[in-house]
Amino acid sequence: MAFKRHVDRLPIIPKDAKEHTAVCQFCIVGCGYKAYTWDVNRQGGTTPGDNKFGVDLSKQQTAETAAWYSPSMYNIVKQNGREVHLVIKPDPNCVVNSGLGSIRGARMAEMSYSQATQTQQQRLTDPMVWRYGQMQPTSWDDALDLVARVTAAVIKEQGEDGLIVSAFDHGGAGGGYENTWGTGKLYFGAMKVKNIRIHNRPAYNSEVHATRDMGVGELNNAYEDAELCDTIVAIGCNPLETQTNYFLNHWVPNLRGATLDKKRRLMPDEPHDKAKIIIVDPRRTVTVSACEAEAGKENVLHLALKSGTDLALFNAIFTYIADKGWVDKEFIEKSTLRTPAARPPLFPARGVSDEKPGHLTSFEAAVEGCRISIEEAAKITGLAPADIVKAAEWIAMPKAGGKRRRTMFGYEKGIIWGNDNYRTNGAIVNVALATGNIGRLGGGVVRLGGHQEGYVRPSDAHVGRPAAYVDQLLIGGRGGVHHIWGCDHYKTTLNADQFKRVYKRRTDMVKDAMNSVPAGDRDALVNAIMVAIRQGGLFAVDVDIVPSKIGQACHVWLPAATQGEMNLTSMNGERRMRITERYMDPPGQAMPDCLIAARIANHLERVFRSMGDHAYADKFKGFDWKTEEDAFMDGYHQHAPGGKFVTYERLRAMGTNGFQEPAVDFKDGKIIGTPRLYADGVFSTPDGKARFMDAPWRGLQAAGKAEQQARFPFLINNGRANHVWQSAYLDQQNDLVTDRWPHAFIEMNPDDMKELGIQPGDLVEIVNDAGSTQAMAYPTPSARRRETFMLFGYPNGVQGNVVNAGVNELVIPNYKQTWANIRKLASAPEGARHISFKDQHYRAA
Amino acid sequence: MRACKKLVEVGRRQFLRGGGSVAVGAAAAVVSGGGEAQAASPALARANYPSTRLANVKDLKVNEPKDVAYPDAEMPGVLIKLGKKVPGGVGPDGDIVGFTTVCPHKGFPLFYRADDRTLNCPGHYSRFDCEAGGQQIWGQATQNLPQYILRVDAKGDIYAEGVDELLYGRLSNVL
Repeated sequence: MAFKRHVDRLPIIPKDAKEHTAVCQFCIVGCGYKAYTWDVNRQGGTTPGDNKFGVDLSKQQTAETAAWYSPSMYNIVKQNGREVHLVIKPDPNCVVNSGLGSIRGARMAEMSYSQATQTQQQRLTDPMVWRYGQMQPTSWDDALDLVARVTAAVIKEQGEDGLIVSAFDHGGAGGGYENTWGTGKLYFGAMKVKNIRIHNRPAYNSEVHATRDMGVGELNNAYEDAELCDTIVAIGCNPLETQTNYFLNHWVPNLRGATLDKKRRLMPDEPHDKAKIIIVDPRRTVTVSACEAEAGKENVLHLALKSGTDLALFNAIFTYIADKGWVDKEFIEKSTLRTPAARPPLFPARGVSDEKPGHLTSFEAAVEGCRISIEEAAKITGLAPADIVKAAEWIAMPKAGGKRRRTMFGYEKGIIWGNDNYRTNGAIVNVALATGNIGRLGGGVVRLGGHQEGYVRPSDAHVGRPAAYVDQLLIGGRGGVHHIWGCDHYKTTLNADQFKRVYKRRTDMVKDAMNSVPAGDRDALVNAIMVAIRQGGLFAVDVDIVPSKIGQACHVWLPAATQGEMNLTSMNGERRMRITERYMDPPGQAMPDCLIAARIANHLERVFRSMGDHAYADKFKGFDWKTEEDAFMDGYHQHAPGGKFVTYERLRAMGTNGFQEPAVDFKDGKIIGTPRLYADGVFSTPDGKARFMDAPWRGLQAAGKAEQQARFPFLINNGRANHVWQSAYLDQQNDLVTDRWPHAFIEMNPDDMKELGIQPGDLVEIVNDAGSTQAMAYPTPSARRRETFMLFGYPNGVQGNVVNAGVNELVIPNYKQTWANIRKLASAPEGARHISFKDQHYRAA
Repeated sequence: MRACKKLVEVGRRQFLRGGGSVAVGAAAAVVSGGGEAQAASPALARANYPSTRLANVKDLKVNEPKDVAYPDAEMPGVLIKLGKKVPGGVGPDGDIVGFTTVCPHKGFPLFYRADDRTLNCPGHYSRFDCEAGGQQIWGQATQNLPQYILRVDAKGDIYAEGVDELLYGRLSNVL
């Protein structure tokens, strides 16, 4: 039987309940929510005067009502030490989501820490240290003293390169401006740490260097542009599942023709129709099915290309539209580089350096450099030539009266974690630039995003480019101490099999050393740890909200607060910045990451001073923050573009709609923002001119991929599932999710399953030259033969085990192009016997 | 299936105009026989469900949903004889189940798809498996589909006597 809560009644929000501004803590879209709290011994009533909605709740409410919340939107939590009821429900007045909640965001209340209802009891409540063979609770001062002493000792022996850091760089939970600044000021301000990586990739780099190098920041449009365009091009993305309410609230209305009035009003001098959509993805995602149901198959072009061949496709489209003259000549002339440098000598095999793997140039030079015929591209991509031509026409063929088509391009992990990231990203931006679709209504060439954003740090220039491949440093025995902030490499890195083997061995050496001395003898303990480090051991400190998988190997856990337990600011995929106010207490002694970073800095200052190194100790001054607002004012307010206009008080007044960054003014009580970047045609390069990229196709770029493809029969494509946020760090204790997905799934063609004797729900092994992992087989009729799709980053089946170590020149991992064998391990376990294995795709009635 | 198609149309229309009431008029079957809904006493911890006769086992044909309403006329649902024993199934073959047809995500009316025995939402594409206790196969609801707790008496009359999840649009399953 499927999981049921057997909740048939919920407490009613009283009229005088406190209302807090909140934004979903999960994905990039940042849906607006409101958090309501009131004392646990009180409740509202059904009569209009007795509830927050002012409506008669003894009556059935209508579809899309604001006056209802599901059991997942309710909990009992602590607020300033007192038990309160908590309802977190989508805000109908937020322009992002208009009251829509996804299956992830609408569970925020249920996934809050509660002693009363026993939810999220996995949360860390105390600092924990390795003592007597296990993790034991301790005080902040004790834990931080150990962290500071070992870190200082390693830096004294190895320099700052001996400190390896893994840290989030995003917004939302486990990030945000306060916390990226706190960690950034520690590692890039006080120190100049070079061996640092980000939560989902093995180096400190951009996921989209190419578009930035071309002068086009990756979040350049407004969500409204999806309502205004003639054509949406969705590349390597699955917005129905991973940017759900952006898709539902802004794409679908245009696909359905519901935004025609708005189009005619805002763009009166051209013909309008409902949007067409091109979806570039080897897999038929649920997004494709939804688009067909809404727009009709004739308005949906699904280009199911061979995995990793997007570069050839976009170069062919670029060539075709250039040859047809369907380009914006005036824009190219005014806003792009017109005097190109010569091609680098070894191009196209290599760029001018590994730092610059493409060649930035003019429109004409890029067209010649990227030139590929429709027929050649069809051969590489496996697509029908007519479909590539159709895509070019939908993107760029002028409308009646010779009016330019307005086309919006959205791309995400299929490109970012795909073959030849740099050049492919560039090839997509080439088409957007050529057609003048940046900075204009109905345009944009944007990444669709994963987490929200929330980055403000001192300069990272010292890290260099290409940045250090940190996983390889760790595997190679380098570094003595590892600080981890909200990252779980055991679930979410590439080459994870080898990484985990080596990491366990190195950290076990330190555990064994710690077991050999009494924990209360601090000097002896630090000495023992340092002896182990000199022999190749690694001391690991994990800052997180839950005990992570990599935490099993660590020696110190520091408990962090998450969004809602602290005030936190972030921006979404259209640069919309909001504050989520603190509406509940963090568990136990947990603290905001920014304050943990500050306390680490305080202890490092003290320890270095006690070692007599006053000059180095002085670098750790400036961390006397008492609250997250102190960190915000020190960081965002002083250092972000437009930050001087932004304060907590002003953000509170801006509510769930906030403003779009960068802020340019504060007028009449409002922060004035920037709906679209580059509306003035001036781009982010020293001369203000955007660059095209000369980026010809070069096959599977990362090391070992072509050999793996030749050797193993099954493509192990991978990505996200609708039910699950990120690595399931909270979902793993949510019954709705674990009931649906007791194991990581792998979608397989039913005939492949038959051939291998695999039944629905059976556990299979996925194995190749990089490693092995397991998943639960899910028959998927729309999956092509020998093309599977595995859930990424799930706790009990880590797809990264079978992703090899190959990266691009800029150390961007290539998770998507993975091939392996599949074999049955076991019949469906108990947890998988009751679940549905029916097709996940919606079909209209 | 005639009534089910009506549900779909209502759902479509409602969605296109961006709202409207739950498909009250679409519930072809009215509550008949059985007990009457009683106002829940404030002293009780749970809603006090009516025992409502929805149909007789002889009224049902395999894979042909019968429109009903429960716990009251404002909450449409279906009874379905699936032809195989399933979770929550009653009747001589353990194959009769009942579900609300108001989507627990945003309240749009679900339609039944006989080819794979699922209830589907035209609003945001959620799909629920009638053969797996209403498990959301895919979708945006944060609940699996509320299923009726059914009883069949000696005469073959089918009574609904409870629901296992909160129904959309009401903060008490019994108003």
